[in-house]
Order: sequence, then C-alpha cells, then structure tokens
Amino acid sequence: MTKFIELFASGISLGFIYALIAVGFVIVFKAMEVVNFAHGSLLLLGGYTVARLSDRLGFVLAAVAGIVASALAALLIERVLLRTNRGADPTAFSIMMIGVDIVMFTELTRRIGSNVFGLGDPWGSKLVHAGSVSVPQTRVAAIVIGLLLISAFFAVTKFTSWGVAMRASAEDGEAAALMGIRRWRVSAIAWVIAGALAAIAGIFLVSFPTPGLDNSTGLDALKAFPAAILGGLDSTSGALVGGIAIGLAETLTSGYENSLPFLGRGFGSIMPYVIMIAVLLWRPSGLFGTKAVARV
Amino acid sequence: MSETPLARRDRRRVAPGFLLRVGLVVIVMIMPFYLPTSLLQTGLFAMSAVVGAIGLNLLTGTAGQLSLAHGFFLAIGAYGYVYFAGTSSGPGLQKVTGLGLPPVVALVLAVALAGVAGLLFSPISARLGGIYLGVASLSLVFIGQHILFNASSVTGGFSGRNVPPLAILGFTFADTHPDLSVLNVPFGQYERLWYLALAIAVGSYIFAANVLRSRPGRALQTVRDSAVAAAVLGVNVRRYKAAAFVLSSMYAGLAGVIYAVTFSHIVPDAFGLTLSIDFLAMIIIGGLGSVAGAALGAVFVIGLPNLLLQYSSLVPFLAEPGSGGLDAGRFARFVYGALIVLTIMFQPAGLAGLGQRLRRRHRKTGAGQAGDPHIRTAQLPSSEHAT
Repeated sequence: MTKFIELFASGISLGFIYALIAVGFVIVFKAMEVVNFAHGSLLLLGGYTVARLSDRLGFVLAAVAGIVASALAALLIERVLLRTNRGADPTAFSIMMIGVDIVMFTELTRRIGSNVFGLGDPWGSKLVHAGSVSVPQTRVAAIVIGLLLISAFFAVTKFTSWGVAMRASAEDGEAAALMGIRRWRVSAIAWVIAGALAAIAGIFLVSFPTPGLDNSTGLDALKAFPAAILGGLDSTSGALVGGIAIGLAETLTSGYENSLPFLGRGFGSIMPYVIMIAVLLWRPSGLFGTKAVARV
Repeated sequence: MSETPLARRDRRRVAPGFLLRVGLVVIVMIMPFYLPTSLLQTGLFAMSAVVGAIGLNLLTGTAGQLSLAHGFFLAIGAYGYVYFAGTSSGPGLQKVTGLGLPPVVALVLAVALAGVAGLLFSPISARLGGIYLGVASLSLVFIGQHILFNASSVTGGFSGRNVPPLAILGFTFADTHPDLSVLNVPFGQYERLWYLALAIAVGSYIFAANVLRSRPGRALQTVRDSAVAAAVLGVNVRRYKAAAFVLSSMYAGLAGVIYAVTFSHIVPDAFGLTLSIDFLAMIIIGGLGSVAGAALGAVFVIGLPNLLLQYSSLVPFLAEPGSGGLDAGRFARFVYGALIVLTIMFQPAGLAGLGQRLRRRHRKTGAGQAGDPHIRTAQLPSSEHAT
C-alpha cells in the first residue's frame, strides 16, 4: 500500500508536468490551429539554458533565464515563421514546425552530447516523509507549482480580455477578427505562454528522481502529445485531465513492472501511447475535444 | 511529368519528361560499373527510400493523411523478411527463431505483413483526419520500438539480427553463389541487388503514377480536398482512407526488405522516430502529391548525409562523427530541417513544382500544366479533425 501511495503521488506529479506541456500545446493549437511539433525542443531549450546557467547564476535566476529563453524562442517562431506567412494552411504550418524541430533538436542534442546535466535545483534528492510514505520534494514542488500555474492559466482564460479574445478566436477566427480581435496578438501571447510553460515543465521533468537533462529529454517531452490528444486537442481542461491520466498510467506501469513481465521491460514509457490509441479508438476527437461537424 | 496531358499523348509525341526518366534509369544502370561499393550501398539505401517515399506520398500527398509512423512499417517489412527467411540459431538467450522460408516467399509475406499491420491500424487511420492522425501515428513508432527491443526471439533485441541474402531461383544476391563478373567488373552483393532494387523502384514508381491517374487515385485526391464532396460523389471516405494507409504500409514494407538485404544486419535503432521524420522530409522537399518529387526527395535526403560523410575530409567545416562538433549527419539534418521550412514558405510544391515552373517558363505557354492536379494542391486538408 505504501508503494502504491508513493507511486500515485509521483504519478500525479508527473501528470502535472505533462499537463503543463500539454496546455501549452493546446493553446497554440487553439489560437491558430497549428500543431506545434517543435514543442519538445522548446522544452529542451529551456532545460538546457537552466542547466548551463545554474552554476553561475544560481538556480532561481537560471530558471528565469530558461523560461525567458523558451518564451522568446516561441515568440520568434511565431513572429518570423507564422506571421510572415499568414493565410497559409495551418497543416502546412504544423509540418513547418517539424522542420523547426529538426533544426532545434539537432543543435540542442549536439550541445548536450553524452552529458547528463543536473539543474542545481534547491530540492535536490531530498524526500518528504508522511508516515511510512516518502516522496521526493521535487515531486511535491511539481504538484504545487503545476497546480498554481494551471489554476492561474484557467483564471486568465476565464477573466482577462486576452482570455476572452483567445476563446473567441478559437471558436471562430473570422468572426473574432470581424469583432476587432487582433488574432495575431492573441496568437503571439499564446506562443509566449506555451514556451514559458514548456520551460517550467522541462525543469521538473529532469529533476530528481530522473538523472538529469540528457539527450532523451526531448523524447520524454513527446509524451505530452498523447496527453493533449487524449483530452482533445482543443480543450485545455482536457489537457489537464489527459496529462494526469498519462502521468499516473506511466508511473504505475513502471512501478509494477515486475508484476507484469509479459509486457517487456520499459513498458511504462510507452504506456502513454498505448492509452492514446485506446482512447482514439473509442473517441476519435479525444475525451473533451469538439467533434468536428461538417457543414456543406 | 507522369501526368502527361491527354491532348499531347493523342498527337503521338513522346513527352520529354518520359525521355528524361528513361535517360535517368539508363544512367543508374551503368553506375555499378564505375562507383565504389560504399557509394553503391548509399545508392541502394536511396532506392529503398524512393520506394518508401513514394508510398508515404500516396498517403500524405495524395490522400492528405499525415503519418509519422512510416519507419514503423519499414521495420515490419525488414523484420518480417528476416523472420520468414531466417533460420533459428544462436545459443541460449541470444537464440533467434525464423521460419526458413525461401527468400522470395519471405519477401512477399513481409510486404503482406506490413499491409496487414496497416489494416489493423485502420480503425484509427480511417477515422482521423490530417494532423490528428500525424500525432496519433507517433504512437506506432514508440510501440514498435518497444516490441523490437523486447521480442528478442524474433528481432534479436538491442543488438539486432543478421539478414539472410535474397535469392531467386538459385541466384543469390550475395558475393558468391554463383560467382559472377560482368565486363570484368566482379558482381558482388551490392551490384546484384542494384538492378533488383532499381527494377522494384521503377515498378513502384509506375504503379503509383498509375494509381494517381486511375479512378481510386482521383477519389483519394477528392477525399483530401474535401471529404464531404467526396462522400457526396459516392466515395466511401473511410474505406479509401484505410486503403491508402494499407497501400502506403505495403510500400514501406517493400522498402524495409530492400533496406534489410542491403545492410545485411538490422538493429531497432534504425527504425526510430528519426527515420519516420526523414521520410516526411523527403516528400515535403520533393513535393507533396508528386511521384517524381517523392523519388527526388528520397535521393536527396538519403544521399546528402551519406555523401557528406564519405567525403567529410574534403568539406572544411565538417567535424569527425562522434567528436561533438558539426558532423556530416547533423549538418545534413540542419539542411533539410531548414529546407522543410523554406519549402513550405516559398515553394509548397517542392522540387517537383520547381521543375514544373522551369519547364513552364521555358515553353512560355503552360497550357498543358495549368490543370495538373498533383502539383497545384500541395496542402493537406485541415478543416476537419476527425470524422
């Protein structure tokens, strides 16, 4: 039972990390219908910046620098690539993002090489004890910060004018533009938020108990794609639910791997993808996604 | 282009594009007499990629279904062939099993197996549209990798498995059995495979070009441009999407077999996400929806890193592989990553469209090309996420 509670807590925490990534992915999609395949690289960029700077600047300043770096990179992509080509097809943009991802990912993995970077975060490998249960402090921090950020994000979309503008342009871009909403400003802010969230998620994704930032971090970030698809690509609350579901499933499967020998070693890491396929078989638009209605 | 306008064919003139293609095939045919074996291996890899890219282009370019799982189906073809043709061997934990079937039978079965795998995915591939399918298909790559690493009695696990050579009617595509020299050039594994792979590539090309011109091909293009319009015209949208996926998987399976017999040893790492993305790069750079474009893109994406690698000492800014500097493989990835972006920004019809544009400028009429459906529409549908 102790093991289960520990795994459950870790799973929820990993779920919040995935949710942070998936929410960014979803708001970019909602703003311009672009699937941001470069999202994993944005995360890697943030994590890498933190890892390189934390020795010199200390963790907090390095974390801020990492968040700024990812947000700026996202803004740059939006301004330089998307904005100069307005009117092009969203699917073409999505494929363009694959090109961006190839370039960013190749350069970042080249710089990382075979190193494993620690981030120098204040939590280190310390544990939080509650009775017989002990959970890494980083995991608790991830839950707290993830919860705060996501609540803040939902408050922003609900109450600020930017949030209303974003929801309006996601609903019907043309009508929103006719109502005087500057869609490109909405989209720029969406990209900045997505980049910042990705960097924060990156910091937690590579802190204890994971060994640190290495070449496989970018691939781990891809697991947030199933989270976003699972909840429905155009649903932010879906991204939260999807993220937590994926995080729990992955952690529990890895934790009980020894009782499930027929699945093979390392099945936990592909569990997100298995769940995604299962859910898509049942609901092709995800759990909370809008069903596409074709009008003639 | 492969889509010779009817009007011109009626006048019984041989299209210049046809002559160009025949010329290219002839040039490729004399290559084994001049090229070193390392380049022949690269060439065979490129031909395998041509087959695979043509298949992916049928799915993504023609039917508008984005797939990031093409590498998975290549793996099924490659490992299917090894399992069907290979024999059980190895001690203890390294033991691998195989059915020991004749290689030709194994080839056919491997391609069929890839098709069946594509069919099994059809509940998803036929229901999801465009970009949704792209993300969903990512899962196949990772699940595939897991299976390749864990089902070691079939795949050999991490260290991979040797590939039995292809043989047709007692003629083995290896260095011996029988020993063979043509015009004083010894014909080993690569020289022999060269002509087989070329024949397969040309056959795949012609088949795909014919599919595009046929009734199902037109139906697929209609599905891409508007699923609703296609359904109104009596096209069974789901069935066509599923069929496109199966056909493209079979192309991938065939490409996987050529890949396997070329490299004689296959490892799971070769079939990861990178390979699938490479294939997408091929068809984007080559030109979505164009068979010739897919072939050009494949040769470019495979040729660039391998040629740079072999001549990296001549390229001053390239570092040795593994030194952490800018090596040939990474440099090539930069180039085609950037090319994907640039292609979509400035030349959405890819290399194929570039040729088209040049020719039109040359002839200054463009009447024959104006209605060419494969070049004009190089975009995927996006209006519907799922049907």
